[in-house]
Amino acid sequence: MSYIALSDKDKKEMLERIGVASIEELYGCLPDELKLGRRLRVPEAKSEPELERSFDALAARNTYPRFLSFLGAGVYRHFIPATVDYLSARSEFVTPYTPYQPEVSQGTLQIIFEYQTLVCQLTGMDISNASLYDGAMAAAEGVLMAQRLNSRNKVLVARSLHPQYRETIKTYTRNLGLVIEEVGFGDCGGLKSAELEAKLGPDVCGIIVQSPNFFGVVEDVAKVVDIAHRHQALAIVAVAEAVSLGILESPGRFGADIVCGEAQSFGLAPGFGGPFLGFMACKKEHLRQLPGRLTGQTKDVDGRRGFVLTLSTREQHIRREKATSNICTNQAWCALRATIFLETLGHDGLREMAVQNLQKAAYAAETLAKVKGVRLKFSGRFFNEFVLELPKNAQAVLDALKAKGLLGGLALERYYPELRQDVLLNVTEAHPKDDIDKLAVALREVLR
Amino acid sequence: MYPSHSRYTKDHEWVEPKGDIAVVGITDYAQNHLGDVVYIDLPAIGKVLDIHATIGSIESVKAVSEIFSPVSGEVVEVNSHLNNAPEVINQDPHGKGWICKLKMKNKADLDVLMTAGDYEKYLEGLEG
Repeated sequence: MSYIALSDKDKKEMLERIGVASIEELYGCLPDELKLGRRLRVPEAKSEPELERSFDALAARNTYPRFLSFLGAGVYRHFIPATVDYLSARSEFVTPYTPYQPEVSQGTLQIIFEYQTLVCQLTGMDISNASLYDGAMAAAEGVLMAQRLNSRNKVLVARSLHPQYRETIKTYTRNLGLVIEEVGFGDCGGLKSAELEAKLGPDVCGIIVQSPNFFGVVEDVAKVVDIAHRHQALAIVAVAEAVSLGILESPGRFGADIVCGEAQSFGLAPGFGGPFLGFMACKKEHLRQLPGRLTGQTKDVDGRRGFVLTLSTREQHIRREKATSNICTNQAWCALRATIFLETLGHDGLREMAVQNLQKAAYAAETLAKVKGVRLKFSGRFFNEFVLELPKNAQAVLDALKAKGLLGGLALERYYPELRQDVLLNVTEAHPKDDIDKLAVALREVLR
Repeated sequence: MYPSHSRYTKDHEWVEPKGDIAVVGITDYAQNHLGDVVYIDLPAIGKVLDIHATIGSIESVKAVSEIFSPVSGEVVEVNSHLNNAPEVINQDPHGKGWICKLKMKNKADLDVLMTAGDYEKYLEGLEG
């Protein structure tokens, strides 16, 4: 669908038709004190060459491509097959929205149905929604869902859950009277299960844990689920690095009740501010409390396969203030890219990608921990991220690396004040061995 | 003809007293206006309800309605058969389609409710 702005002639005709002389007269009923009284401060129109120059200048402010980056922490750089850009740029697909008259857009609904199927296969869950805005939102919706399901008023949040996810959970629940309590991490980098056990009680609706967690450490999800269930609390598992699902056991197989997370790794480049792709899935018995849109497969009057938006009675346009969420859409275009990405790679391709991440991160951790004064902070098994403890303040070391053209990771002090000398690094299949060796050399020089 | 041993609310619930126990459901008029029932959200056993508190919700193909408690009391039994066969509410709303049983806190709650005759007159008013 193309967008063509109204011409002056169109406007004049429209005004004439309704019998109004001017736009000012049309809005004449508005009280003067509500009117702006000046023109909007919008830059003047540009010619095409001017426009290109101004966008080039804007793009040049992005310095990321000039650095060799080991930043991760919720946003990951992965290979994107050419099919993803090619197919997702087709004009039929270029919309971020679920269609308002959904059943006329069978292609869009089929893509969403395939996306939901893939999310269920990867998470080991029964039902996936049509996607949410990002992983942080998905985590917050997971907490709200748990609270609706068992009407208890406290939620336990692993401190090893992404700090921005925790922040979003706080924002979403601020006016709901929900008490949030954090559960710390131990020397292995994973959740302290004894602390979890001690904090669980009849007032706890659920526990949210991330795996691999913010430090890259793979949590003992089976144990967390077991402890939660023994207290009739729900186990919510967040996944911020979706590629890990290519090799780790699915949260559903461990008995998770709700799985939520971020699928930016599936075909979306790391961008400043996004776009991201939240996913959310649950057990069938919790279906009525799942927020967001759902696409279902059905048959038309002639018995042909078709797709519909289904179970809409959970949603705001029907259920009003009792709806499961105020989301009335999904992240359709990003979900499309994730679908093409996964269907291009296939089961074996995603597994291969995950294996490469695992091996390269293991090599990087081993190589970097050999640098004098540097050690691996946590003893737990990790996927493609790990924490290094440096012999001095982490940010100072990162600044020195940046001067050498390297983004050496994220200083953790900003989110964990006690981790002053610790840095979080991410290594994916997009890092050749040479890049890792380059970082080791630079780190050795900086720490000399 | 609505069963004479039950009492009725303006929200189209029926309640049949059996000693201290009140059996609750929705009326034939209600099921007819909802259309095909596809899901019912039943209350938890042990839940204590005031008069007019929300018992649960009932969902048809395109609408959701709340079910309100006609009397005060504690939920002692739910018709869990409806989880797998919600259409029973359409087929037999005053019999097999019962929703839950409450242990009544105050039997006088029943006195303000309509008799079958009152309810039928009430429905005539709605249709008119």
